[in-house]
Amino acid sequence: MAANHSPLAQFEIKTLVPIKLGGLDVSFTNSSLLMVATVIVVSSFLILSMRRGALVPGRWQSMAELSYIFIANLIKDTVGSEGRAYFPFIFSVFMFVLFGNLLGMVPYSFTFTSHIIVTFTMAAVIFVGVTIIAVAKHGMHFFSFFMPPGVPMLMAPLLIPIEVISYLSRPISLSVRLFANMLAGHTLLKVFAGFIISLGLFGVAPWLFVVALTGLEIVIAFLQAFVFTILTCLYLNDALHLH
Amino acid sequence: MGRRMADQDPNSDLESLQKRIDSAKESGGLSHARKNSAEQPQKSALALAFRVGIELVSAVAVGLAIGYGLDAWLDTKPWLMLVFTILGGCAGILNVYRMARGFGYAAGYQTDNETDDKT
Repeated sequence: MAANHSPLAQFEIKTLVPIKLGGLDVSFTNSSLLMVATVIVVSSFLILSMRRGALVPGRWQSMAELSYIFIANLIKDTVGSEGRAYFPFIFSVFMFVLFGNLLGMVPYSFTFTSHIIVTFTMAAVIFVGVTIIAVAKHGMHFFSFFMPPGVPMLMAPLLIPIEVISYLSRPISLSVRLFANMLAGHTLLKVFAGFIISLGLFGVAPWLFVVALTGLEIVIAFLQAFVFTILTCLYLNDALHLH
Repeated sequence: MGRRMADQDPNSDLESLQKRIDSAKESGGLSHARKNSAEQPQKSALALAFRVGIELVSAVAVGLAIGYGLDAWLDTKPWLMLVFTILGGCAGILNVYRMARGFGYAAGYQTDNETDDKT
């Protein structure tokens, strides 16, 4: 068993093209490669399948239309009609996370959503963006968000820090949820796959388990992309309609 | 014969016509009725437990980080870290409480009638 058979070896960042910019290491890694691949796959999926734009959609076209309608309905249900302006962003987030998760399921590839820094960066951009939208739309009224109405002033020194911490914990829980699901799933998959050979004939049991787990991982890939998107929508809803 | 045709023509039934207009408006985004169905994205108990755990821990982590940062800045080690960790725990419980009450993920409070019409 060499070191690269560790179940965690799959999450290793490998530098493909070393680039130094100033003092910073901005090398093109396998993570970057998969991100570029995701953007290319998503773009070509949408562009190629909508190329004909037929009135009666074919298979590919209806898949593209289905994903569009799915996100459009999601925004309409959670944010309302004001959320339409943010459709391009939310749709991009959904497709990027979904295809990132799915491409991570391809053998020998890499799951960039299993890295906390990637998911946290996305969550931080969403969090900062949503806060800017809220401040731009409501101005100073936004800060009343942290002071619930009808609370005695005596409680304010205690409640305001709690509310601020609760608000600041959003990007953490948003990013940790996606990252932890992908990390745990892929590690579990690799651990059980490692049992198959070492158990010999009894390796059939973990093998069957891995087959089932692979299906589950694909479901989780969809589910976590959906959860990430719906949370983005809910945060946006809070920003647009303060209560 | 004409009478029967009128019966079958869906447009002659004004009530159902209004219903269809409303649903078309709704789906076209023309209705200004604000929807706020914070539908629960995950149904299974395990997923719910996972979410509760993350909500709790992330708030504690944020509180800890704020306290640690303020301590380093104000040179009050370790008091602010202790205070903010406890506040973080409170915020975590608040997060979980809001989630369990179906307030969605909203910060702040909502009055009860607001949460009622959501269901």
